[in-house]
Amino acid sequence: MDEKDLELLRILEENSRLSADEIATMTSLSTADVQERIHTLEAAQVIKRYSTVINWEKAGNGEVSAIIELKVSPERDYGYDRIAERLSRFRQVKTLRLITGTYDLQLIVTGKNMQEVSRFVSEHVAPMDRIRETATHIVMKSYKENGNTFFEQQEAERLPYSF
Amino acid sequence: MRNFVSGRAREIPPSGIRKFFDLVLTMEGVISLGVGEPDFRTPWNICESSIYSIEQGTTSYTSNKGLQSLRVALSRYLAQHYNLTYSGDDEIIITSGVSEALDIAIRAIVDPGEEVLIAQPGYVSYAPCVTLSGGKPVPVRCMEKDHFKLDPDTLAEQVTSRSKALIINFPNNPTGAVMGREELKAVADIVIDHDLLLISDEVYAELTYETRHCAAATVSDLRERTITLNGFSKAYAMTGWRVGYLCAPKELCDAALKIHQYVMLCAPVMGQVGALEALRSAEDEKNSMVSEYRLRRNMFVAGLNRIGLSCHVPDGAFYAFPSVEKTGLSDVEFAERLLKEQKVAVVPGSVFGSGGEGHLRCAYAVSRKELNDALGRMEAFISGL
Repeated sequence: MDEKDLELLRILEENSRLSADEIATMTSLSTADVQERIHTLEAAQVIKRYSTVINWEKAGNGEVSAIIELKVSPERDYGYDRIAERLSRFRQVKTLRLITGTYDLQLIVTGKNMQEVSRFVSEHVAPMDRIRETATHIVMKSYKENGNTFFEQQEAERLPYSF
Repeated sequence: MRNFVSGRAREIPPSGIRKFFDLVLTMEGVISLGVGEPDFRTPWNICESSIYSIEQGTTSYTSNKGLQSLRVALSRYLAQHYNLTYSGDDEIIITSGVSEALDIAIRAIVDPGEEVLIAQPGYVSYAPCVTLSGGKPVPVRCMEKDHFKLDPDTLAEQVTSRSKALIINFPNNPTGAVMGREELKAVADIVIDHDLLLISDEVYAELTYETRHCAAATVSDLRERTITLNGFSKAYAMTGWRVGYLCAPKELCDAALKIHQYVMLCAPVMGQVGALEALRSAEDEKNSMVSEYRLRRNMFVAGLNRIGLSCHVPDGAFYAFPSVEKTGLSDVEFAERLLKEQKVAVVPGSVFGSGGEGHLRCAYAVSRKELNDALGRMEAFISGL
């Protein structure tokens, strides 16, 4: 991993639809070099996959997401890892992290509607062994996701010309 | 009734080709590569700290020189980044943009009839400011074959007994040219030999893509005869805040300060507070903007050469300066027709003085998508000639 790899990652994180040709021109690398570097980063799972940031609220499919915090009794020899792996297998769990503070694990869960999310928590998450307490926060509105703001910003008035 | 307009005001030329620029205002769907400012918004931490200071009631005049805290921070910043040693107490003045810094610098040093050498192509304000001081602007042409760097021999040819000062601007608007230490040394020899003063406008200093910026005042013994101008507009996307600064040895700084206190009193305090925050916490933001400009530059310059507008790779600023010679059109014709036929606005190089003719200034401070669209339109225009 060198400076150029990091530069490639930053470019792809911002827009993964650029062609190897375009990236090559921007970074002063050869197209073959760009392709090879990307391939290596993919093989090493540094690049996990290429996805799209979607404002689902705007798409209007009524999907609901919630932040769920869990207090968990850690297991001897495994700590939180085994239970975290079990939880992460659920399709509904989009993000799962071990955190400091009052709670131990934090999940971001999505579902078709509020009922689906609450059923998922009460039927699948809360009853799991070693989970001592849950706190569910329904997301009311999203302003920013992964560096992308979801509110309209007024275009600043710019001079068409300035020297 | 008499004509009340002064001779000097009449003497300065109206800015470029006004009619052409007015046309842009009336057109819809234009991609403008004509704007000499960043397309980024000012980093939010800078805005936030200025807003907070207004809420706290920081709305009065500051010292004529500018906020003490800003001058001290700037002094440290200049030392760390450029090896420049200017005391925050009496060698730095915070100004309303580099525009004001340029004006007071020229007025502080030029007497009527004295000649000021100006490296061209160059920013449009230099010559009129000299004229307004009663001085005589003398262009020194930078050649495309030298990648628009200032050639010491060409400079020497223009020096006369009336020469008082030289104005340079590297990284350069409009050519993007950069001068390294060795190249500046050759210029320094001539400046020192002829006992000239140097005004070095370094507002694009942070925007260099291949090498670190070399500040003119750190070359040879230039410091004692150099006025360094710089500002926050380009590096931190703060054009509208109007904060620049002038650095010079105490005696020169005192002279400029007298003019500044009568004509400006002080730079706006909100801008100064924002500038201080920029120095404190916007380094990462600045660096990521510079990285983005570098990507755009590489992409855009490769595109220009591909569509047949030959263009050297500019090492700094955010301008590409391609030649339109091969199309058989003049820069003004090219720019006018490109605007009317393909709705892409660029600035004809001749606006920037001697040596600019036959070139276009294209600012790549617009999104990559707009740059790509502009390239497509320019290609269509050229193939239709």
